[in-house]
Amino acid sequence: MSATVSTSNVSSGRRFSGAQHRLLAFGSLIALIVVFSLASPNFLQTSNIIAILQATSVNGVLAIAATLVIITGGIDLSVGTLMTFCAVIAGVVLTFWGMPLPLGVLAAILAGAASGLVSGTFIAELKIPPFIATLGMMLILKGLSLVISGTRPIYFNSTPGFTEISQGSLIGAVIPSLPIPNGVLILFLVAAAASFILERTILGRFTFALGSNEEAVRLSGVNTDRWKIAVYALAGGICGIAGLLIASRLNSAQPALGQGYELDAIAAVVIGGTSLSGGRGTIIGTLIGALIMSVLANGLRILSVAQEWQTVVTGLIIILAVYTDILRRRGL
Amino acid sequence: MSALVVMKDIEKSFPGVRALHNAQLELRSGEVHALMGENGAGKSTLMKILSGIYRRDGGEILLDGKPVEITSPRQAQELGIGIIHQELSLMPHLTAAQNIFIGREPRRGMGILLDEARLNAQAAEIFASMHLKLDPRTPVERLTIARQQMVEIAKALSHRSRVLIMDEPTAALNDAEINELFAIIARLKAEGVGIVYISHKMDELKRIADRVTVMRDGEYIGTVPAAETPVEKIIAMMVGRALSDERATIADHAESPVVLEVRGLRRGNEIRDVGFSVRKGEILGFAGLMGAGRTEVARAIFGADRIDAGEVFMHGRKVDIRKPQDAVRAGIGYLSEDRKHFGLATGMDVRNNVVMASLSRFTGTGGLLKEAAMHEAAVRYIDQLAIKTPSDRQEARLLSGGNQQKIVIAKWLLRDCEVLIFDEPTRGIDVGAKNEIYKLLNALAGQGRAIIVISSELPEILRLSHRIAVMCEGRLTGILPGGASQEEIMHLATLRGDALNDNEKRKPAKGAPK
Repeated sequence: MSATVSTSNVSSGRRFSGAQHRLLAFGSLIALIVVFSLASPNFLQTSNIIAILQATSVNGVLAIAATLVIITGGIDLSVGTLMTFCAVIAGVVLTFWGMPLPLGVLAAILAGAASGLVSGTFIAELKIPPFIATLGMMLILKGLSLVISGTRPIYFNSTPGFTEISQGSLIGAVIPSLPIPNGVLILFLVAAAASFILERTILGRFTFALGSNEEAVRLSGVNTDRWKIAVYALAGGICGIAGLLIASRLNSAQPALGQGYELDAIAAVVIGGTSLSGGRGTIIGTLIGALIMSVLANGLRILSVAQEWQTVVTGLIIILAVYTDILRRRGL
Repeated sequence: MSALVVMKDIEKSFPGVRALHNAQLELRSGEVHALMGENGAGKSTLMKILSGIYRRDGGEILLDGKPVEITSPRQAQELGIGIIHQELSLMPHLTAAQNIFIGREPRRGMGILLDEARLNAQAAEIFASMHLKLDPRTPVERLTIARQQMVEIAKALSHRSRVLIMDEPTAALNDAEINELFAIIARLKAEGVGIVYISHKMDELKRIADRVTVMRDGEYIGTVPAAETPVEKIIAMMVGRALSDERATIADHAESPVVLEVRGLRRGNEIRDVGFSVRKGEILGFAGLMGAGRTEVARAIFGADRIDAGEVFMHGRKVDIRKPQDAVRAGIGYLSEDRKHFGLATGMDVRNNVVMASLSRFTGTGGLLKEAAMHEAAVRYIDQLAIKTPSDRQEARLLSGGNQQKIVIAKWLLRDCEVLIFDEPTRGIDVGAKNEIYKLLNALAGQGRAIIVISSELPEILRLSHRIAVMCEGRLTGILPGGASQEEIMHLATLRGDALNDNEKRKPAKGAPK
């Protein structure tokens, strides 16, 4: 009984084990960086580091959206095609209708949130399993993107500031020696905001509670459906931001793009130590997971490893990450 | 009788917790050996070591006098040690026979095809040896909990177990089913099987146990013969002090205002026209056999399940309850019988569980949570209810059953519910903690809350209730005054309606509010 429980050890039990896993993921990231920098002098150059961060931004933002949903015990397979859908919406508003830039940004984010609202409603109200509901949404959004765009890319040439969203550098304007692109800045801002919501707000608390024991939350008199829908809507809005980032980087909305991104996002979430059965996970872990994936891709490319093999390595990393998580929990 | 199993000086620690220290057990063949202790005393841990689920840190296990290393559940099975867990671990979609022989199915056709016929025949053989009438081809999900338990026992027997560990096997059984189980235990005993029996129910031990080993705080306290040792002594060994079993005089609440009134509640065959009321400061007990519909009534009032008809009034005003959140808003709290599944988010800490039903109260602008206020509230209830936890950040699953129950109670106290429905509040809780829960319930009633207690243990109902509502087969068969005799309650609990024309022909005696 509690007479034999030492206070210091147990009170921090859960946070410690979570931190432990994050430390492990962080350690792997550092190890990868060390290995690649020893293997190639080009790896640690500022331009390459910025390229890695820039390459992380889209997948990182999508992975943050996926993290929120996965912590509730759900899954969102539609994040990739939703990203594209939001990019297409921005294209419609800015290029087709010629509206000013802020309205295009707003439209993309709102389109994402609305789509999340629909997914969440399917899941919470109609009780369709998340896997199926978001699989359906994935296809619906892919089709809608093609229909709306007329299957052709929409270019943003008429909106000059658009490429700045991802490729400009606000930080570089202030500190010229640190030309960190806005896309990276946005990734970290989104991560900070999501982390804050998860740890400090009622929405975040219910995100964890839903994944931990949904029936207990419902029997506490909480409207679990509403909170679940809110989480999916929030995740959808974040996908809208990802849509802006990718469209800005390509200076176009590519309607055929998007499918497959959801799996990269889920991979980053899992590598970052978030449990697919819900109830536990962190944004910082997901961020590290996304970085591991892009460091790996970049490093292997620098070492001239074929793209095909990069995919194989990523697969192995995912399995390894989950296995270390299992080992950690068995040790408890 | 020779010692079949000897466990000596067993040590086991988990990170931050010493679970066992100097734990001992000696099991003879052909005996029922009760293992007793409060929740968290280490009984289950000790048995998980014996059945290969945990590895011990120190000590010795002798089987037939020879030291053995038990490294896995599979090896334990091969040594003839079977365990029936508190939570049944069957696959509901498979048949009884498929469950029993899972992973060991008889094969034919060069080992490629499953021999379903032989499988069923072998299962039938085991059932016959247990004098159990059960079709091996029945899917387990269609069996009652009691029958599922029998399947678990059959599974253990199929391994030719000489040692059988039963962890609270009667927790979900009614009296008839318990008798059936005890008959099987008696037969196993006669065949020389040694049985370790974990239970909190004193009367059961007196009926079937030969010897009792008591543990407390992970340590061995002593072994005594079951028949000769008075219950008080066993309890004193368990809690380390003597317990008072005082029975308060029954308060009369006939003059107090009615807080909750339920009229004409119906749902299918489970709830048939149930109506009653609870007054301020009153504890209304709900007695009845398993499946009488008591939990269903509670869940219906709380809005957890749909109803066909019925009205709920709070202070005489009709309230429309469709979902649990409506009930909570009306001031009704429900403490489910299955804490782990429905009451607690076991992976979350004490603080978050306590504030779960009142989280909006701890939310500031922008949805920001007020952690400091949450901490304060949690600590207040940890003190007030004497919840044993190292801190309010402790994960709920690491606490004992009694303390988990207190967390759920704290959750509803914080929400300030006027009506509290307790469904089996002391299930799986040890004797010492039970008394604390009883005191708590009385104190809550004393504060003017209206309380409903559903319990399958008659002594508990009799001890707590100011009035006793009795149900049978979905009907409220009567409401008795507190202090009614067990016979009166059992009479009403078995007062079955005429199965053919049930609704009109006979009106059940309803305890109308005065």
